[in-house]
Amino acid sequence: MSTPTGATVTADASGPAAVNRNARRRKNRWFAQVGWRHLVGLLGVLFSLFPLVFVVSAALNPLGTLSSTALVPTGGVSFGNFSELFARTGFAHWFLNSLLIAGGASFASVFLSALAAYAFSRMRFRGRRVGLLSLLLIQMFPQFLAIVAIFLIFGTVTDLWPAIGFNTPWGLLLLYMGGALGVNTWLMKGFFDTLPRELDESATMDGASHAQVFFRIMLPLVAPILAVTGLLAFINTINEFLMASVFLTDTDAKTLAVGMRTMLQGAERNTNFGIFAAGTLLTAIPTVLVFQFLQRFIVSGLTSGAVKG
Amino acid sequence: MSTPLSGPGSVQQTPGRGPVRTGSPRSSRTARNHAPITAAGLAAKVILLGLVAGIAIWAAFPLVQAEQWIGLAVLVLTTAALFYLYVGRRHVPAKYLVPGTLFLIAFQIVPVLYTASTAFTNFGDGHRGSKDDAVVAIQSASVKQVPGSTQYPLSVATKGDPTTGPLVFLITDPKTDTVSVGDADGLRPLDPGAATVAPGGKVTAADGYTVLNFGQASARSKDITDLVVPTAGGALRSSGLSRAYEGKAVRAYDAGCDCVKDSESGKTWTADEEVGAFVAADGDRLAQGWQVNVGLANFTRVLTDERISGPFLGTLIWNFAFAIGSTGGTFILGMLIALALHSPRVRGTNLYRMLLILPYAMPSFAMLLVWRDMFNTDFGLINNMFGLGVDWFGQGWSARAAVILVQLWLGYPYMFLVATGALQAIPRELTEATSVDGASPWQSFRAVTLPLLLVALSPLLISSFAFNFNNFNAIYLTTEGAPFPADNPSNGATDLLITYTYRLAFGGQAAQFGFAAAISLFIFAIVAVVSAVSFRRTRQQEEVYA
Repeated sequence: MSTPTGATVTADASGPAAVNRNARRRKNRWFAQVGWRHLVGLLGVLFSLFPLVFVVSAALNPLGTLSSTALVPTGGVSFGNFSELFARTGFAHWFLNSLLIAGGASFASVFLSALAAYAFSRMRFRGRRVGLLSLLLIQMFPQFLAIVAIFLIFGTVTDLWPAIGFNTPWGLLLLYMGGALGVNTWLMKGFFDTLPRELDESATMDGASHAQVFFRIMLPLVAPILAVTGLLAFINTINEFLMASVFLTDTDAKTLAVGMRTMLQGAERNTNFGIFAAGTLLTAIPTVLVFQFLQRFIVSGLTSGAVKG
Repeated sequence: MSTPLSGPGSVQQTPGRGPVRTGSPRSSRTARNHAPITAAGLAAKVILLGLVAGIAIWAAFPLVQAEQWIGLAVLVLTTAALFYLYVGRRHVPAKYLVPGTLFLIAFQIVPVLYTASTAFTNFGDGHRGSKDDAVVAIQSASVKQVPGSTQYPLSVATKGDPTTGPLVFLITDPKTDTVSVGDADGLRPLDPGAATVAPGGKVTAADGYTVLNFGQASARSKDITDLVVPTAGGALRSSGLSRAYEGKAVRAYDAGCDCVKDSESGKTWTADEEVGAFVAADGDRLAQGWQVNVGLANFTRVLTDERISGPFLGTLIWNFAFAIGSTGGTFILGMLIALALHSPRVRGTNLYRMLLILPYAMPSFAMLLVWRDMFNTDFGLINNMFGLGVDWFGQGWSARAAVILVQLWLGYPYMFLVATGALQAIPRELTEATSVDGASPWQSFRAVTLPLLLVALSPLLISSFAFNFNNFNAIYLTTEGAPFPADNPSNGATDLLITYTYRLAFGGQAAQFGFAAAISLFIFAIVAVVSAVSFRRTRQQEEVYA
């Protein structure tokens, strides 16, 4: 990357040809040190963006079919796909269901794992090591591998308590909370470990109870990290398809992932592409915005969690 | 944005954190226990415990009604234990661990154990219930219309969605004009007044049910034909969409010989407890069997049944290739871009980063479907742009390349983000020192940057591998496992083990829950071994137990 020769060679150069050569050489050096970096960055941006440009173009395409959609909108621009999305499909229902399920599940999962991580990080008790290790082990068995058993169990649950059975958001929410502890507890324990113990010890000396230490001191300190973990859990839950597709079969009970897939099934695949793309954009707006705000925390959150396992 | 590689807490952790209990934690613990109870804390405790009691009472009623005494006992014990734990002032760690653990046990550990036990049975379509259920099903399925069978006006209804909900028959007795509702469990009379009956006896509306109109009913004519309602004298079946008849069972179970006899052909099928089915002397098996323990048969089937073992090995190899390809590809691409942009002389890195991570922030399920349609043969963007007519998902290799490319797009922004974070944590003096010593940029990358990056990111790479190994969405939302060989519709070229399992259990053909559960256990074993071995090799593991 470093080219130490340049400066010495230019010293004895003279005449207009040499100046020209000099400029070209400087340009070459600029390219070798900085330019290629921009080139790689630009290629990366192109790769990232072209499917997204295609989605935007499809959403604005007045014809709304896959076959008539090009990379850039050629046949005019219209918002007809958006109005049709709400008129013809249960998109509003799906959106609310997804927000409720993913919001509830990610909040609960972050809260439950923060509770457990506090105990693992700050207290010493019998079975602590075993508990930590078994969480690591359980985490390796993804919940959806047990989908057959979950399907059978919830068949019974639906018979007994229809309010938390199939085709309800509550059943799916409960199910997602079952996977909460395994995934995030280790990450959170890492964050709690980075907080100095003197903080909560001095609070305890001042007469704070363990609950006050947790809610008043620890939680506010790790709040940005909790927000990032919550956001990632939220996105994972919104994208979860397997269990939601087994659980939710009624049109109005579906989540975005399950519902939007039905838009592109069979003969509808070509004609519905425009409204599907419109739905994709509407789904993406909240997550993309939050992502851009939390970007800085995401990087540090992921890697510091990684170092701690 | 400094991201310490060794964990910043390690220094502060040491005092008082060793296995030896020193005086200070103990005294702080007693101090905690004697902290005064605040009004807010007490109120929160009362409200939460009240909520627990309320939920427990709500959940108890259906259990009592269904006479599920074991379930009720578990419920009562759990509630009592929760009250004991939170009313008392002892067991502080448990107060923080129990909420999450309860959900973990109910919705993760129990299903996993249930999966493990299902894997040793033949549970699935045709082997769902007990032997008695199978006998009832066989007898009612053999019902035939005989001269003099009673005819009933029939309406088809459901409690759920008209296109998918379970169906029931609403019939009117022509003699007494009473309306009854029937499903596979039998016939129950409906309250008079709960149903509206049109002249001619056909039910047009009933409380709590959606009566299917003609179009909806004809769309589900197969379900309607298959629905058999057992009655005292035989069973009810539909004949067309608006009439039902009560017929006589041709096949009957004889407890003496433990067999089923057909009164028309005289053929007998004897019960075989090993396979859980009635088998005739010529090897013919009745479709309705019962659930039995088959031992390790589901596991050995993967190895010995040639129709399964050959494609299964291919799937396993492809599964590894997919997981390694996706993880490695995203890591290399993400790292390259992170390295390129990691220089104080590059301006606008924030803008680059904002645009580069967009794929990570988009809803991946939707983008997978968009990519699927970009690879569409007839109207897809890729074929249109390059003027090609390639059937991408029609050939094994192009389909495999396509799904890996899609994963690359979805996954590299994440790797770019974490690699950027890790690069910023590597002290610049290290790379500067190598260039002073005369190392080329490549040498300094190989000897300093890459090893440090790998140390920081290997846990993420392992979890990314484990995630991609079971990346159901990546396949199911794009190729759905296609292309399938002509002779084997259950195992395609891009199938991962998890999509294969899903098809076995929930696919169009007869569900094989037992076999699917066996493969789930198999996947678990693979993921657990791979993760355990690689975690062992990363030294980070040592310090996390501290």
